[in-house]
Amino acid sequence: MAILGTINPLLTVGWNGDAGWRLQEYVQRGGYKALRRIIEEKIPAAQVIDEVKKSGLRGRGGAGFPTGLKWSFMPKGEGEKYIVCNTDEGEPGTFKDRDILRNNPHAVIEGMVIAGYAVGAARGYNYIHGEIWDLYKRFEEALDEARAAGFVGKNILGSGFDFELNAHHGYGAYVCGEESALLESIEGKKGQPRFKPPFPAAVGLYNKPTTINNTETFSAVPFVLNMGADAYLAIGKQNNAGTKLFSVSGHVNRPGNYEIPLGTPFAALLELAGGVRGGRKLKAVIPGGSSAPVLPAEIIMDCTLDYDAISKAGSMLGSGAVIVMDETTCMVRALERLSYFYHEESCGQCTPCREGTRWLYEIVHRIEHGKGRPGDVDLLRGLTTNIMGRTICALGDAASMPVQGFLKHYRDEFEYHIEHGKCLVPPEVQRAGSTFFKATV
Amino acid sequence: MLTTESIQKIDREIAKYPADQKQSAVMAALAIAQEELGWLPSEAIESVADYLGIPPMAAYEVASFYNMYDLKPVGRHKLTVCTNLPCMLSGGVDAAEYLKKKLGIGFNETTPDGRFTLKEGECMGACGDAPVMLVNNRHMCASMLPEQIDKLLEELK
Ligand SMILES: Cc1cc2nc3c(=O)[nH]c(=O)nc-3n(C[C@H](O)[C@H](O)[C@H](O)COP(=O)(O)O)c2cc1C
Ligand code: FES
Repeated sequence: MAILGTINPLLTVGWNGDAGWRLQEYVQRGGYKALRRIIEEKIPAAQVIDEVKKSGLRGRGGAGFPTGLKWSFMPKGEGEKYIVCNTDEGEPGTFKDRDILRNNPHAVIEGMVIAGYAVGAARGYNYIHGEIWDLYKRFEEALDEARAAGFVGKNILGSGFDFELNAHHGYGAYVCGEESALLESIEGKKGQPRFKPPFPAAVGLYNKPTTINNTETFSAVPFVLNMGADAYLAIGKQNNAGTKLFSVSGHVNRPGNYEIPLGTPFAALLELAGGVRGGRKLKAVIPGGSSAPVLPAEIIMDCTLDYDAISKAGSMLGSGAVIVMDETTCMVRALERLSYFYHEESCGQCTPCREGTRWLYEIVHRIEHGKGRPGDVDLLRGLTTNIMGRTICALGDAASMPVQGFLKHYRDEFEYHIEHGKCLVPPEVQRAGSTFFKATV
Repeated sequence: MLTTESIQKIDREIAKYPADQKQSAVMAALAIAQEELGWLPSEAIESVADYLGIPPMAAYEVASFYNMYDLKPVGRHKLTVCTNLPCMLSGGVDAAEYLKKKLGIGFNETTPDGRFTLKEGECMGACGDAPVMLVNNRHMCASMLPEQIDKLLEELK
């Protein structure tokens, strides 16, 4: 899928689906200019980090951590260090990194090589989600092109700087999106998260200092450096610099990826996405991937899409995955499916997560199937507080936050299910929400 | 037990990692073995472990942890349908139900003629294209409405 709509685009300019991803086209669009300038002008590594810091670029993988600051945590001086890119995109609702690899893989490569230069790493890996085999192959092809052109490998552009880059193909485990599980996975082990601290900047891949960023973050780096920190900072709003890709899924007329400046009103994104499908009424939106608490229509319609506004509204911008639900959606059924996902994907290492996600799913499941018991809503709430903050990684929190959000705003639907053994939204109305069977829509 | 072609592919994977980190290639090596054999019998897992010089248990742990490895035989075509919430809102569950009816099997079952295995998938990072299905771990099919599903099943002999 191509990019479906933009406001003041930056990352997606010139994207042309399968026809514009090769090295030649990327270079025509100004690609590898940032790397070339760094090498030719011998810009010191510290200055590159400072520029990224000043630009206000924040990580696009979910947590929004300032990128330049993360790079500055790497130890200075010689020694084995690594750059790792996280393309294990598995947070339900998120499909932007896949489009970046499809349309502009060289921007990711250029961003990673620059990061390697900045932190003094000589090797990198891009960890690519198992289900997107064709784009893993494409990334490898792009790497071959970059190697042949001297942008990757030994003595890059005659500078004496070496950076070898490879792709690692995942094989189906959501938890490997968590950075330390991802590192374990590259090491050829089960994807079980590590205790933190130490953070990857101190002890990362093969126990060496490692910088790990999301695909979109790396792909933004060349643009940031080409336009300069000040110009990048001027896009978006304070504390929320730049543009971001938003993946819009669910009940809209045009599901797809959209690039807009941070701070754009949600209503404008909804309009770009063609509005709610079938002209129906908006019910709720999960604004930042399935782990983010759901927000009712009246709240999200007043929000701008940036880290601060969404957090003030009680949710998270996360990965920028906007899941739109209209009035045909049963909130109990929606949460049941999400809870099943976290139960399935818990790696089983921590008891509160392994057992807690199972309980969450079983209770929501029985409520959805007319077997809910009085007190179940409070039981669910209690479970979430017993999981959160008590696990090695944030998967436990990611499983708990949706439960809390759904109960906070839609408690009446859960209570109705428990009391009446059926849904407040009649089955035929729910069925009409799906476009699968045209006859009923 | 692996063919020379598979071994060559595995060697290419090993070369991606530092010389003392051969274990890093285990995921790719298992995937290559599975592609060759259709699934991963224990002997295949053991020969991968052997080739990489790691304990068989280390390879088993990996094979059983990641969802896309098949530790039991599957049909010629493994169809994995995403039913996670974003897809569900656009017909993912309906597509799965449609397939169950058409094939006469449930999730994790194989048709008696050995042609199809049906699996329930989690988010494939393709939610905008829902309903989506993955064929044999490799080929992603988008916008799978009844007509497209019928056509795909026709094609997959
Ligand atoms: C359960 C879980 C799943 C995650 N999945 C992803 C993912 O698919 N992609 C991603 O970039 N970050 C994911 N993250 C966040 C990463 O741990 C990490 O913060 C991120 O890759 C850092 O990159 P950034 O600073 O550029 O955002 C996940 C975190 C958790 C706890
Ligand atoms: S939810 Fe189905 S691909 Fe994301």
